[in-house]
Amino acid sequence: MISLSLSDKVALGTALLGGMAGVVGSFAVLRGRALVGDMLAHAALPGVCLAFLITGNRNLLGLSLGALASGLTAIVAVAIILRWTRTKEDAAIGIVLSTFFGAGVVLLSVVQKPSTGGNKAGLHSYLFGEPGGMLTSDVLLLAGVALVVLAMVVLFYKEFLVVCFDTDFAQSQGWPTIWLDLAMMAALAVVTIVGLPIVGVILMAAMIILPAATARFWTNRLSMMLVVSCGFGAAAGLLGTQLGRGFPAGAAIVLTAAALFVVSLLFAPQRGLIARLLVEYRLRRRIADEHLLRTLFELSESSLPDVPVIPLRDVREYRHWNSLERVLERARDEELIDSGEGQVQLTPLGLHRAAKLTKAHRLWELYLMEHANIAPDHVDRDADDVEHLLPESLLVELEQELAEEGRLPAIAAEVPESPHELSPEN
Amino acid sequence: MIEVIDLFGEPSTGTWIVLTGVTVNAACALVGCFLILRKMSLMGDALSHAVLPGLVIAFVLTGSRSMVPMFVGAVIAGLLTTFMTQSLHQYLRVPSDASMGIVFTAMFAVGVVLVKQFSGGLHFDIGCVYEGALEYVPFGIRVAGMPRQLFTSLMVMLLNLAVILVLWKEFKLSSFDPALATTMGFSATAMHYLLMVLVSVTTVASFEAVGSILVVAMLIVPASTAYMLTDRLGWMVLLSVIFGAAAAVLGFRAATYWDTSISGMMTVVAGCLYALAVLVSPRYGLVSSMLRNVRMSLLVLRDDVLAMLYRVEELGSEKHFSVAETAKGVGGGWLANFAISQLQRAGNIVDASGGLRLTDQGRETARKLVRSHRLWETYLVEQLGMPLDHVHEPAHRVEHFIDEDIQIQLAAELDTADQDPHGRQIPE
Repeated sequence: MISLSLSDKVALGTALLGGMAGVVGSFAVLRGRALVGDMLAHAALPGVCLAFLITGNRNLLGLSLGALASGLTAIVAVAIILRWTRTKEDAAIGIVLSTFFGAGVVLLSVVQKPSTGGNKAGLHSYLFGEPGGMLTSDVLLLAGVALVVLAMVVLFYKEFLVVCFDTDFAQSQGWPTIWLDLAMMAALAVVTIVGLPIVGVILMAAMIILPAATARFWTNRLSMMLVVSCGFGAAAGLLGTQLGRGFPAGAAIVLTAAALFVVSLLFAPQRGLIARLLVEYRLRRRIADEHLLRTLFELSESSLPDVPVIPLRDVREYRHWNSLERVLERARDEELIDSGEGQVQLTPLGLHRAAKLTKAHRLWELYLMEHANIAPDHVDRDADDVEHLLPESLLVELEQELAEEGRLPAIAAEVPESPHELSPEN
Repeated sequence: MIEVIDLFGEPSTGTWIVLTGVTVNAACALVGCFLILRKMSLMGDALSHAVLPGLVIAFVLTGSRSMVPMFVGAVIAGLLTTFMTQSLHQYLRVPSDASMGIVFTAMFAVGVVLVKQFSGGLHFDIGCVYEGALEYVPFGIRVAGMPRQLFTSLMVMLLNLAVILVLWKEFKLSSFDPALATTMGFSATAMHYLLMVLVSVTTVASFEAVGSILVVAMLIVPASTAYMLTDRLGWMVLLSVIFGAAAAVLGFRAATYWDTSISGMMTVVAGCLYALAVLVSPRYGLVSSMLRNVRMSLLVLRDDVLAMLYRVEELGSEKHFSVAETAKGVGGGWLANFAISQLQRAGNIVDASGGLRLTDQGRETARKLVRSHRLWETYLVEQLGMPLDHVHEPAHRVEHFIDEDIQIQLAAELDTADQDPHGRQIPE
């Protein structure tokens, strides 16, 4: 047997716990049961106290079995309340959580009486967590549970996947969804309970939710989410115990996990806050740019093929602008327009692109009127919203369709006529 | 802990403790009703943990444990929690329960670290955060002649009461129909935040006295108990306050009797009261709904027995069924036997030699039933065009509920009101 130093044991144990919590937490978060971990953690207390009263010592396995028993009782109690009463799910969880915990507090005060010879410190770690006291046997227990959880996820990956995302489908396929659901809950319960003495009640609830919610920012695939969540959980355990020396270890672990969450929330590609703001900003900018080109085209249309010089005043009146100056500047930089002294003119490149845009706009309007039965006086507004999101392939399709039906206007090779009267603010 | 109290021998210590428990529980129950109606029960759990950093920071900044800065710190922490929870859910698409779990656990972790950091000059026991120290309430500083904790929880109870009474209509409407509330000109969001402020304040006032776990329980459990008993908001609020108070009194008695944690015992009593309401609530309780089901099953079984005997008679069969055969014919089980004996006692059937026979009275009832059944079958075929082999089941289910009025209406709608679609006579 390799002998580990205490700090190695703590690091290994918390990393194992974090990794497991990440895996079972992913299923809990996806199933909308994030707070079941919280409930289990609270509901374990009476079981711990009873196990202590019965066995008379604080053997981790015995206490954990007690905790597991009362945790599962709590899950059953919530299920009964939901099935048979009008109490809603949130209240059911709250009622069971607080009543069980209250019973735990009552039993704890019994345990702590001198007559029962209670070892107060040992049980209190179930409330507040004490990773510093980790024994080799605790690490082995954690490793064993981790193996079981891993094996379960690998074996039933496909089943869990379907139950998570489409329970009805799983049921219609004749799968035992109730048992699969129970298996997920049981795994959650076991992990919560082995983690309790390490990080404590509240912080165990955090370990279930945080790594999973963090991983959700990075991927849309369950398999990836499990791996990433496991990684984040383990990292939170390792980093938390290393960086948080001198702080309460449970809180340090959770704060590390929370920091990872905040970083992901900000910087994750696609789902992250910055990425989403960027996408939104780019879209808004492109829409403004395209509005400018179409406005200029429509103002120039009557005198084509000559490209007229248009007073900026006309542009301003044509529609509402948020920051026309910046839009003009961008168009100038791309050599789409020439402008100066309150005037603006499309360059040949600008004219080409403006014609293309206007064509897309009008094709879409036509389509909406012909196929979606939208009134002509409403069509421009809808077209305005959507045209910027249309892919090129759809436009080609629309054009072909209208051409086949012989309704593509003669000049459509260039730009079809507007199906409604042109006016400012259209 | 109770021994300590006994040493002092002050007769009113128990009274002070109970009074504190009652006011705390009442204050919690008042706001708890709205929490459970908005399906936000767990916000109580979340806020009671999340205010911890607010409390510690307020304490460190002011260096005092006076209530005003504590309240300010808690309210700020509470609003921050509410705001962050909603933002995570709305803007970053984190599931709502997960976002709440993330925010309050992280806030709590910050609180734990702060407590550790400043515990040098701070008398702040984490154990006390959970279990409270109701036992010590009578020995603290007195304000206005009563223990400080009692005074603050009384103030908060009155505050909650006042706000709820003044904004009764607004609270009511925004709890049941937030969209309508907003269209009527008062923002449901504002009411939401106001409620969160009240919950935060209540949490803090109760914290020190009874501990976070009793706060969480008292916010949800008495209100849920009341919700099992009534559909009217006014009654619900009143009942929840009564249940909260009852939990305080009974919990104290039980804790003294068994010499154990008072706040823990109050929580357990509240849970037991809820369980009791689940069992015996007249309208929504398990027992009453079970009774309703049994009564309905008996009605159906009695009807089935009568109709079966009638049909046998109608076929002109000489054979009569024994009690056992009849019971088996309508599905069997002790309920069927019970239904048969009910019919015998009511004089609808007699157990003559050779088997069960309808009495005249029983035949009359059975005739009406069979008429209902066949009229309905005919109606389904004639008016709804259902195929012949599909009409027996629905008719069998609905026959118990077709009274004379409906019979007349059905007969009027039908072309052939004397024969059912299987070709059998519809009895007059």
